[in-house]
Amino acid sequence: MSETTMTNTTAPARPDGLRGIAADWASDQRAFKNVSWGKAMMWIFLLSDTFIFGTFLLSYMTARMSTRVPWPNPSEVFGLHVGGVSVPLLLIAIMTFVLISSSGTMALAVNYGYRRDRRKTVLLLLLTAALGATFVGMQAFEWTKLISEGVRPWGNPWGAAQFGSTFFMITGFHGTHVTIGVIFLIIVARKVWRGDYDTGARGFFTSRRGNYESVEVMGLYWHFVDLVWVFIFAFFYLW
Amino acid sequence: MVDVTPGSVDTIPPAEVPEVELYHPHSWWTTYVFSQDAKVIAIQYSCTAIAIGMVALVLSWLMRLQLGFPGTFDFITPEAYYQFITMHGMIMVIYLLTALFLGGFGNYLIPLMVGARDMVFPYVNMLSYWIYLLAVLVLVASFFAPGGPTGAGWTLYPPQAIMAGTPGGQDLGIVLMLFSLVLFIIGFTMGGLNYVVTVLQGRTRGMTLMRMPLTVWGIFTATVMALLAFPALFVACVMMLFDRLLETSFFMPAIVEMGEQLQHEGGSPILFQHLFWFFGHPEVYIVALPAFGIVSDLISTHARKNIFGYRMMVWAIVGIGALSFIVWAHHMYVSGMHPYFGFFFATTTLIIAIPTAIKVYNWILTLWRGDIHLTNPMLFALAFIVTFVNGGLTGLFLGNVVVDVPLSDTMFVVAHFHMVMGVAPILVIFGAIYHWYPKITGRMLNEGLGQFHFWATFLGAYLIFFPMHYLGLMGVPRRYNELGEMGLIADSAHQLNAFISIMAFIVGFAQLVFLFNLLWSIRHGKDAGGNPWRATTLEWQTPETPPAHGNFGKELPIVYRWAYDYSVPGAKQDFLPQNEPGDYGQAKGH
Repeated sequence: MSETTMTNTTAPARPDGLRGIAADWASDQRAFKNVSWGKAMMWIFLLSDTFIFGTFLLSYMTARMSTRVPWPNPSEVFGLHVGGVSVPLLLIAIMTFVLISSSGTMALAVNYGYRRDRRKTVLLLLLTAALGATFVGMQAFEWTKLISEGVRPWGNPWGAAQFGSTFFMITGFHGTHVTIGVIFLIIVARKVWRGDYDTGARGFFTSRRGNYESVEVMGLYWHFVDLVWVFIFAFFYLW
Repeated sequence: MVDVTPGSVDTIPPAEVPEVELYHPHSWWTTYVFSQDAKVIAIQYSCTAIAIGMVALVLSWLMRLQLGFPGTFDFITPEAYYQFITMHGMIMVIYLLTALFLGGFGNYLIPLMVGARDMVFPYVNMLSYWIYLLAVLVLVASFFAPGGPTGAGWTLYPPQAIMAGTPGGQDLGIVLMLFSLVLFIIGFTMGGLNYVVTVLQGRTRGMTLMRMPLTVWGIFTATVMALLAFPALFVACVMMLFDRLLETSFFMPAIVEMGEQLQHEGGSPILFQHLFWFFGHPEVYIVALPAFGIVSDLISTHARKNIFGYRMMVWAIVGIGALSFIVWAHHMYVSGMHPYFGFFFATTTLIIAIPTAIKVYNWILTLWRGDIHLTNPMLFALAFIVTFVNGGLTGLFLGNVVVDVPLSDTMFVVAHFHMVMGVAPILVIFGAIYHWYPKITGRMLNEGLGQFHFWATFLGAYLIFFPMHYLGLMGVPRRYNELGEMGLIADSAHQLNAFISIMAFIVGFAQLVFLFNLLWSIRHGKDAGGNPWRATTLEWQTPETPPAHGNFGKELPIVYRWAYDYSVPGAKQDFLPQNEPGDYGQAKGH
């Protein structure tokens, strides 16, 4: 802990635009100036995770395009009967709305975190977690409904067997991401509540002193999970 | 382009990040077992990888016993032979080479070479090793599972991989294999994120990307590739697990087995091949790029000359890394695809020869009129260049569709990839161990034993794999446990096979000399001092040898020059460490 000089005070001004990028990459110490280690690591992890989801979706598209048996019609399969009327994609619309809203509350949490407003940050983090949990709950309901109608990973009453297998695999993998996110949201909320980020207590996973940027890094993950859902929604339910 | 390269002492910018406090171990357990120190993790990774690699070596002996002397050994049934093939390939490629280069050398060298105290998140780094160990244990467990390990071939192609006729297909073998791969990928990701972020964000003052030793460039690029390529394998493993356990049909078409229609229908085996090779081809370079990097440093240091064309070397590494993502289908020429598709992949494959050739020429031009010291690391480095050129040239054969089709699934392919992906990287690993062992232990490896090890390994490997090209051209197929009475194959092929097998045993036993040398030298080796090779890079400039926790003592080093200031005119010695101030040497350009 010998040296604590920060960039902003001593470093000469850096050029803008492309020249700035070139200058940053040609410089020493850090390629991305003002990006912390934790944030950089989360971004690179998300890039890797993008490839996982991308591969899942591509495999699903391959299966769907090459099948010789008809693919079940998503509008009917995912429809709900409300008051005697069949509403296509009703549950999914609500789920999507809930998850997208949780991105909003997450963004607010990040903002209040940087303002050191612990109370609001905690509330918003817990609200985000609650919305995420609601999403997972509704997904469980959807799974139950489909399973009761006879959809299984190895087959379903309406057509290509790959419908069930890709559906359970992809939504299950995404749901796992959301669940992990909810758990970590609660952990981060607890840390904010205890003031760990004000005192710089050591994190369990990082063994580094925490600060409010952890809320933002958490947010990156959460927004990513939301974004992935948009693609799953588009390719699975709207196609 | 703006010139922002710090050229001399006054322009070294101040530290941007305050130093973070390291985790200090309190007990024997946290110092040596559950250690968060990258150096200890590196040694754990290396020992585990070498141990499981020995298993794979024994498996190759068993295969050679069968091929060399068919019918002599009753316990090697055809099923057992397939299991040996599969486990040998999988262990060597993933659990030995990938783990040793990235987990072993990556962990040890990245923080030391870029001037960091440790990886950016040591705890996650520690988890990475333990999950890797778990993956290895699950893999080993499959040897003891009912039905034994999977015998699907290392590529695990469905549908046969999960069918009853394949060893382990309907038992636990394939399940444990896939599960172990998933664990490996999770563990690797934890380590890989650390390596990438440490290189990008954790360098010391003055260490620009273009001053990094090529070793770091190689490992860094390989890690980035691994983070993008392993996802495809991960997904393929998950889907095949479902096919096997839940009877889904991702990869399984409608199949009649023993007169009985299986549950599966409508899946695509070709999809698996695409996913596997989207991982599998970059994997070749995930192993090769660290080897390229390390060999550049060995050659420059032991020829006392700066690396020729440093910038080109860097761009070649990055270029090869990028290109390797668009060549995967050259492994699938005989799977059936549109001719234009094959044309595209043949073209991209051949284009890779350009950056690769740049590297080879640059190595040779580095050696040109250098002050070559034929130390053990240098011998292995030179052997690597020769072997890589040999293996690479047969790659050009196999990259062409028309040449590849008749050679597919012959011993020619086996010879090619063992030369280019087996022998070549292993030679670099040996060279690297001879080179860095003095830093890791403080003692030199025995020179004489090393010379014997080198000649036995180098000549022996050629005697094993060179004849295989010939076998392949004769039409000897690979993956056959015995040739039997094949009219097209001359009798001499059998004699050649016996010869290869005997050589395989000799070369394998020669490795015991190396292991003995490793263990013996820890106590009895010559005292190495801090910088026995008079090298420039930062790991040789540490205050203690072996480097202590935190690597660099009180103050982190400040870097004033690139890694290759050897034999600089006017300097008082023939090398200038990277942390040596002064305007002479290449300091201005880099």
